Amino acid sequence: MPHTSSLQFPILTVLILVPAVGAAVVALLSNRRPEFVKLAAVGFSVVTGGMTLWMLRAFETGEGGYQFVSKHQWVPEWGIGWHLGLDGISLFLVVLTGILFPIAMLGADPHHDKKPYLAWMLLLEAGMLGAFVSLDLFLFFAFFELVLVPMYFLIGGWGYDQRVYAALKFFIYTMVGSALMLVGIITTAFLARQSLGYLTFDLLELQQASFATNTARWLFLAFALAFAVKVPVFPLHTWLPDAHTQAPTGGSVILAGVMLKLGTYGFLRFAFTLFPEAARYFRPLFLTLAVIGITYGAIAATMQKDLKRLVAYSSVAHLGFIVLGSFAFTTQAVTGGVLQMINHGVSTGALFLMVGMIYDRRHTRQIAELTGIQAVAPIFAAVFTLVMLSSIGVPGLNGFVGEFLVLIGSFLTARWWTVIAATGVIIAALYLLWAYQRVFHGEPDEANKSFRELSWSEGLVMLPLLGLIVFCGVYPKPMLDRIQPSVTVLMTHIEEKTGYVEPQPALFEGGEEHAVEADAHAEEGE
Amino acid sequence: MPTEFAGPSIDWWALSPMLTLLGGALVLLVSAALTPRWPRGLYAAFSATVAGAAGVLAAFVWDDISDGRSPFLVADTLRFDRFAAFVAITICIAILGATLLADDFLRREGYDGPEVYALFLCSGIGGIVMGAANDLVVLFLGLETLSIALYVLAASNRRRTESQEAGLKYFILGGFSSAFFLYGVALIYGALGTTRLTSANPAQDSIFRTLSETIIVDNSKALLLAGIALLLVGLAFKMAAVPFHSWAPDVYQGSPSPITAFMASASKAAAFAATLRILDYALPARQDDWKPVLWVITIATLAVGAIMAVVQTNVKRMLAYSSINHAGFILLGVTVVSDKGTSGALFYLMAYAVLVIGTFGVVTLVGRDGDSAHELEDYRGLGKQRPALALALTVFLLAQAGVPLTSGFVAKFGVILAAVDSKAYPLAIVAMLTAVVSAFLYLRIIVSMFLADAPETAPVERVRIPLSAGVAISLALGFTLVVGFLPGWLVSLAQDAVPLAGR
Repeated sequence: MPHTSSLQFPILTVLILVPAVGAAVVALLSNRRPEFVKLAAVGFSVVTGGMTLWMLRAFETGEGGYQFVSKHQWVPEWGIGWHLGLDGISLFLVVLTGILFPIAMLGADPHHDKKPYLAWMLLLEAGMLGAFVSLDLFLFFAFFELVLVPMYFLIGGWGYDQRVYAALKFFIYTMVGSALMLVGIITTAFLARQSLGYLTFDLLELQQASFATNTARWLFLAFALAFAVKVPVFPLHTWLPDAHTQAPTGGSVILAGVMLKLGTYGFLRFAFTLFPEAARYFRPLFLTLAVIGITYGAIAATMQKDLKRLVAYSSVAHLGFIVLGSFAFTTQAVTGGVLQMINHGVSTGALFLMVGMIYDRRHTRQIAELTGIQAVAPIFAAVFTLVMLSSIGVPGLNGFVGEFLVLIGSFLTARWWTVIAATGVIIAALYLLWAYQRVFHGEPDEANKSFRELSWSEGLVMLPLLGLIVFCGVYPKPMLDRIQPSVTVLMTHIEEKTGYVEPQPALFEGGEEHAVEADAHAEEGE
Repeated sequence: MPTEFAGPSIDWWALSPMLTLLGGALVLLVSAALTPRWPRGLYAAFSATVAGAAGVLAAFVWDDISDGRSPFLVADTLRFDRFAAFVAITICIAILGATLLADDFLRREGYDGPEVYALFLCSGIGGIVMGAANDLVVLFLGLETLSIALYVLAASNRRRTESQEAGLKYFILGGFSSAFFLYGVALIYGALGTTRLTSANPAQDSIFRTLSETIIVDNSKALLLAGIALLLVGLAFKMAAVPFHSWAPDVYQGSPSPITAFMASASKAAAFAATLRILDYALPARQDDWKPVLWVITIATLAVGAIMAVVQTNVKRMLAYSSINHAGFILLGVTVVSDKGTSGALFYLMAYAVLVIGTFGVVTLVGRDGDSAHELEDYRGLGKQRPALALALTVFLLAQAGVPLTSGFVAKFGVILAAVDSKAYPLAIVAMLTAVVSAFLYLRIIVSMFLADAPETAPVERVRIPLSAGVAISLALGFTLVVGFLPGWLVSLAQDAVPLAGR
């Protein structure tokens, strides 16, 4: 695997440290000037976001390996290293994290105690970024677990009525999964020692090791459970609607936008890379669960009375697409899955923000109590429409590109699953349009007459998200160019390890997506 | 002409950590009896200094051993190697912490005086002896020194019946367990003809050598097995391992809070050190006999500790059960009989000792006047009232739950690593699952500090943070986080402390 360590400055380490230091600074600031506290917190997150954008620019396009690598010993006694790196799969997740945090902080104010809220948010950001750039299993696990703590406090401290219950459920569910993953990680390292000759938790070294088929399957399950809870894959999803509904708006945006991707990202980065054979072996199981998730999430969403819960269930469906794409094992589908992680983060993040705005105005999220908002707040309705259409996956907007790639990529290797999954797209249109109809159409009653129009500041917060929705829908090539080489590296790794040969999409010759893939192959040949 | 009794040569320098504590205790008792009441805080300052000095001396002895001095002392009855030094330092840290916590507590509860401090120091000597003993009889001496001082400490608050009750309960049950232990020693002597654990000199008998070099005739095998079983009972009682744990919740709850802190840190460290010495380094040849038993005890300890903790409403009782769960984790390191297991257990003991000092430090303060506000309800609104204190307790609890970047996570990682290395996968999995269950209990305390609404009834008395306790809690907090971020040095120290197997 090619390594490019393009610069000496440990930018990824700094990227984690800035929000972490920010959290400490915000926590220590005096509460006498609340606006100053918010300014500092947003400042730290904007700086972090700026760094991620800078990395996006400096990222070597077409390069499949890890970039900005920094590698140091951490606990040499146990072969643990501080090993960070960024490739096409993690690049956009990092950028998404960098963009969504300032937006979530600016777009939704907590109802009380701003200072600790902002400090927890910054700590959460540090943990998220750390998890996405870790290339050491121990380090990854540390960040993967660490993010639970701030999220627990955000839900439990600033959520709605059932917040304590939801926060506990969230914490315990996720911890059960990761508890077994820890045993899996240690076992992996020790078994790899037999073929490597030394103890290490470094992903790049562990992926060279080979494991007995049966052992690898057990280990895969240990990893997969942790990630499946996080995604969440049906039937482990039950924590999600509660956590989402009870979380404060900012928490929901981050939870849906970034945190769930830890699961899908974990599958690709760790479970697939370490145990490709086992991943192929369990393919039918996860494809089936993904498809159940897609249809179940969509159907459950149609029946929700609470707008936020509806969006939460739609997340279950959307994440199903990502899992489907990942387990389809074609370059197109996996690339689509990665793209869909970003798209879902943008659209669902925006949806949660808007639902939060509705709640702030009306103090209810019950669909039945909202009506005719379009008449009193047309701009608000227009923005909501755009975000909703992106979530449905209408062509020209970002949601379409990812879903389309996933579907055509999966069709080659998982035909019938894909056919059923495609119906999920239709139901998505159903539940969102129906909800829109009930909330925005019709005559506003007394309570909804005074619904406030989108304010300038809210508009400015939404603007970057709207821009991304349109840009990625119209011109996804820059993203694909950066994602695809890394996916190709992953697929090559899987092919080498398992002897699996990825079928080529002969039927779709000439498509734009395919041309990109051909380009990538051509570059590799040079 | 009768031969003269030749006393063993004694290396006073190597014994200096124990002698320092002993001297400190004596000076404290005698001079306090002869002089009028010392100025405020001086008793505590004196014993803290003594404990600190003993710890530093233990570090010097560590250095000497690294330079090649034989660790066998006093005719081989003590083996003050790096293992013993590590345990001694852990115990000194525990004394130091408990002393700092006790200072203001004793004045608050109105029984300030030198006795408690002297007992801390005496008890500490017993603990260090247990960690350094190379003879079952000497080990028993250490065990009794530790325990008797602890019985008195548990009952030291004469004005509270709970404290009296705790002391009595601990005393009666502890007396039984000591008797079991002693009977075990006698049986092992009967079977093997020696009580020496290991020996440097190949000509000399020791339990280790006898077991690994001779075949035991069937008759004395039963004797030996019975002996090992009885030793296990005595040790399991001190470790508070299931099914010999039932004293722990009552005693932890009833004892004055700083004494509970001491009990959970020093006494636990000493008990585990002795267990490691006996099982892993004197009886490894018999591990096929004792290992299955220890597996059952470990799993039961992990599970009972975690599950029972969840249903409690008294914080001290919760922490008592959680300490049983932690005992299960440390037992993982004992059960696997490997260098990794030993170093993992040692690391865990050190990390946990500091954690409980911090945790019970906060509990001591929240207990308020009368040391009785220990219900979950009493923690309500602490996050608003004393954010720093509540945050410190949160870190300690999260560390106990095993959240990364705290010492507790590294400790858990170390013993799980050892279990996986020895292919004890079921133990590792059970341990991690119980960690999740016990996370629920720590979260319950955190919930009532931060998330639950403040009580609407009469405003509770504001929690006071005295200087000495504040220092102890901050030091514990610093240690927890520093070791969490940079665990390498302590991991490597714990690895160096592993005794040489095979002699």
